[in-house]
Amino acid sequence: MKPVNFAYEKPRHLDDALRLLGNGSQAKVLAGGQSLGPMLNMRLVQPDLIVDITALDALKHCEKQQDFLVLGACITHADIEDGRVPDVTNGAMAAVACGIAYRAVRNRGTIGGSLTNADPSADWISALAALGADAIVRGKDTRTIPVESYVTGALETSLGENELLEAIRVPAHSKKARWGYYKVCRKTGEYAHAIGAVLLDRARNVFRAVIGATERKPLVLADAKPLFQGSDDLRKFDPTAADAMLASIGMDDPLDRKIHTVALARAVQQASA
Amino acid sequence: MARSPGESLPAQGKLPVVLTINGKRAQLGVAPWTTLLDALRDHLDLTGTKKGCDHGQCGACTVLLNGRRINSCLTFAVMQDGAEITTVEGLAANGSLHPVQQAFIDHDAFQCGYCTSGQICSAVGLISEGRAKSAAEIRELMSGNICRCGAYPNIVAAIQQAMGKP
Repeated sequence: MKPVNFAYEKPRHLDDALRLLGNGSQAKVLAGGQSLGPMLNMRLVQPDLIVDITALDALKHCEKQQDFLVLGACITHADIEDGRVPDVTNGAMAAVACGIAYRAVRNRGTIGGSLTNADPSADWISALAALGADAIVRGKDTRTIPVESYVTGALETSLGENELLEAIRVPAHSKKARWGYYKVCRKTGEYAHAIGAVLLDRARNVFRAVIGATERKPLVLADAKPLFQGSDDLRKFDPTAADAMLASIGMDDPLDRKIHTVALARAVQQASA
Repeated sequence: MARSPGESLPAQGKLPVVLTINGKRAQLGVAPWTTLLDALRDHLDLTGTKKGCDHGQCGACTVLLNGRRINSCLTFAVMQDGAEITTVEGLAANGSLHPVQQAFIDHDAFQCGYCTSGQICSAVGLISEGRAKSAAEIRELMSGNICRCGAYPNIVAAIQQAMGKP
């Protein structure tokens, strides 16, 4: 297997990268290459130009602000897993990171790349939506949008041709925040069959739930109370409510709905422990 | 859009890349679409690193990039200009095998051997990460390296030996 012939650029400045993407060629952005690499090798994508964004310092920048952590798009899963970047989620992000694919993949794969690839079965699109994170997108202007709006569908984002994902902004958890994340995989490292995630942070008035790996964009509940009999009591999780929601977004197979409901139930269990 | 055979290449030709491979500086001219794996095997005759699946699922192409294990099929050589690469050929020092290589022999940790160089490089990376302690953790953190002969129990035992664990 060999990729098609393409030209390669490794810009040093964000503006140069944006200019390369905007010049009308069939360009693909390359960060860690752990999703794009297989697609290139199998010729599922055949670009004219590869724009390698790993030399852009702005995309590796991390900054702890008062209530947020800003993580550059090119931060790798292993950076998060190993604690080489700050954390504001009481370890929630590290726990997600260490379950992504395999270690060799985590050493190269990036949080921004995973989010922008928007594979429904991948971890960050569900986990970051559950964390209430925002995507910071750079184009002519900078726009900051919630992750659940950034991801518009399976393998689709709201990223324009002349835009790049610059960073992810993750809100800081309070000390007593409860978090659960569970994915159903038949073997270690494979893409998930179902994902459940829940965040209850009463101090910030946040109660979010996500059901992911649904073959479309994740089901995000910015207010999870309808799944808990109208309460914010994790013990009151109502699987029938989750099942009804999954049916309403077109998940017709009862077994599929069951697996996804169980994934969420196990995430809730973790959060209550 | 699919390109038909013989269609002209993009204007850009081969690009210069400098890699330090197993401690030796190598200067290459490679096409941008050359993976690090193909550069090692086809340009540098370092055929110890194997091509398995070419999409990051099997681990046969594992090498160490600046000390960390990666799949060399999923990175392009041009991306790694200036990097230090260690392949299975670079592990032995002063005429003795690396402790992980010796342990694989001691424990008969292979059958056909196709995955072995990837397993060994991955194990060297795993040991330097320092996270795996128990056999279960070794199995979990070696999960990106598949052995279709099923030598897993021997591989785990070999890694335990190399880690200095009984």
